[in-house]
Amino acid sequence: MPFEYLDHTADVALRGIGATPEEAFCEAARGMWSLMVDLDAIRPEESVWVDRTAERLDLLLVEWLSALLAEKDVSGLFFSRFRVSIERQGGGHRLVGEAWGERLDPARHQAKLEVKGITYSGLRVVREKDRWIAQCVVDV
Amino acid sequence: MSEGFDLERVSRFEWVLPQTGDMRVPGRLFADEETVEQLRADVAAKTEWNSLRQLRNVASLPGIVSAALALPDVHPGYGFPIGGVGAFDLDEGVAVVGGVGFDINCGVRLLATPLEAKDIASRLPQLVDDLFATVPAGLGSEGELRLSLEEIDRVLEQGAPYVVGKGYGLEEDLTFIEEGGRIPGADPTAVSRLAKQREFRQVGTLGSGNHYLEVQTVEKVLDPEAARAYGLFAGQVVLAIHSGSRALGHQIGQDYLKEMEAASRRYAIPIREKELVCAPIRSEEGRRYLAAVAGGSNCAFANRQVIAHLVRASLDRVLGLKAAEVRTVYDIGHNNAKVERHVVDGVSRELLVHRKGSTRAFGPGRDESPAAYRAVGHPTLVGGTMGTASYVMRGTVAGMEKAFGSGIHGAGRALSRKKAAAKYWGEDVKKAMEDEGILLRAHNLRGVAEEAPGAYKDVERVVEAATEVGINRPVARLRPLAVVKG
Repeated sequence: MPFEYLDHTADVALRGIGATPEEAFCEAARGMWSLMVDLDAIRPEESVWVDRTAERLDLLLVEWLSALLAEKDVSGLFFSRFRVSIERQGGGHRLVGEAWGERLDPARHQAKLEVKGITYSGLRVVREKDRWIAQCVVDV
Repeated sequence: MSEGFDLERVSRFEWVLPQTGDMRVPGRLFADEETVEQLRADVAAKTEWNSLRQLRNVASLPGIVSAALALPDVHPGYGFPIGGVGAFDLDEGVAVVGGVGFDINCGVRLLATPLEAKDIASRLPQLVDDLFATVPAGLGSEGELRLSLEEIDRVLEQGAPYVVGKGYGLEEDLTFIEEGGRIPGADPTAVSRLAKQREFRQVGTLGSGNHYLEVQTVEKVLDPEAARAYGLFAGQVVLAIHSGSRALGHQIGQDYLKEMEAASRRYAIPIREKELVCAPIRSEEGRRYLAAVAGGSNCAFANRQVIAHLVRASLDRVLGLKAAEVRTVYDIGHNNAKVERHVVDGVSRELLVHRKGSTRAFGPGRDESPAAYRAVGHPTLVGGTMGTASYVMRGTVAGMEKAFGSGIHGAGRALSRKKAAAKYWGEDVKKAMEDEGILLRAHNLRGVAEEAPGAYKDVERVVEAATEVGINRPVARLRPLAVVKG
């Protein structure tokens, strides 16, 4: 499974796993949206772009996930597919990503938990042997 | 026990974490032995999310006064433990993002009807169906109130009075909301455009997770004098609304975690956990954060005010109750930071009190309480878990002295959501509740499993500890009749 949930008393710790940081970021996004809705039911009909910078990769993960989270209230979109590129910029990193999804349709979608925010608890973007891990705790 | 986490027992429900290392004040914990054992086990297991470490960290912040407190419903949070209280000197102290959290001024509104449970038994299914259809709940739901950017600014500045002015609820409701439903000092320019945009369709929505709307009955009056003051009587039908500042509050939290990280570095404040980022209260950054929190708090008061209006509409349709017959008993938040006056070592002074998963609980005689409640102290609303009892409690003189006039807010989680979802099935939880005669309407059954009563500490234990230690007194025990979940 390319994303997984770890145990946490009040909320949910999620972990995206991939061959590259980009893949791990996409998996973390899938992990987050999978808490809110059944990913398979979300058709990739519309997309939004996310362009964010941060000093470190772990902080960039918070930027990425919080930008997607805000979109659900601003554009009403729920996402299931993601593409990300990350490059070095100045002393930090820049992420340009695209997320595809659609608006909720009560006839086809069962909304689940609401993610309120991306915390800095347990925040970690690291390489472990041949895989990258992008991990954070989301407040639900 | 690990170094620095040795609790000293003061009395059966009172413990001290002595001031060692970087701590500026001791930690003080009000809890029963079972809770303390759990906290110690977390330390021993080197659990990353650990309430005692968080209590130590809060006690190490600049300008903290007397002690960092943890109340009986303590469990690990972000920066502050949930059930945490931290009071800070206005000149020396800091405003801390983790002392408020993402769901700014999440809280409970209690509405009282003149009816008794036996009067509505036959119409209860119809009532809960109507409430479920009327009050937007669950992820992706939208409120009937669509606000412009300018109107959101008015909500931030004016809170509940603004929506009352728009026809949502009654003028007299405002008397029975903490701070009159409007915390002064809110500044819309301290709140990002994104935060406001996220709120356009969310005022008057319940949300999901642990938020709920319950039809309850007063099962037992435990303090007749206070119950009389609050207008509560045995058998009475009441309704509890648990909701917060919705996406606007969440975005303020997210924005300021980042802004205050920079501020912490600027003011060279050591940060032991990322959510403890902070800035001096008197600094521009601190001022802006508190002005945003006041706005978020006002938004939460407005939100619960609109929901209360929707609930009244349901009560009118199904039970024929007019708006004026449905009284606001009280509305109180459990995630906020406010300036309050307290007596410390015999001296009265203004402090910034952060309460994360704890409520204000002012005892008798305080001007902040509505006149009708002043002699007994204002009510606090303690949410049980879905399907179990809730409590109305009140503040005490001892609570003013020991806990900056603070109270417990709920049962407190004992099991993680993952463990709860693995252990319980939503359908089974629903069935078990219905066997007890409690109706449940939920948008999300997995959410029901995660909020299963067994996932929380027993509310009775938490209430007992708060009572025995004397910081709160129980006024009435409420039993759920029907539950609406997001």
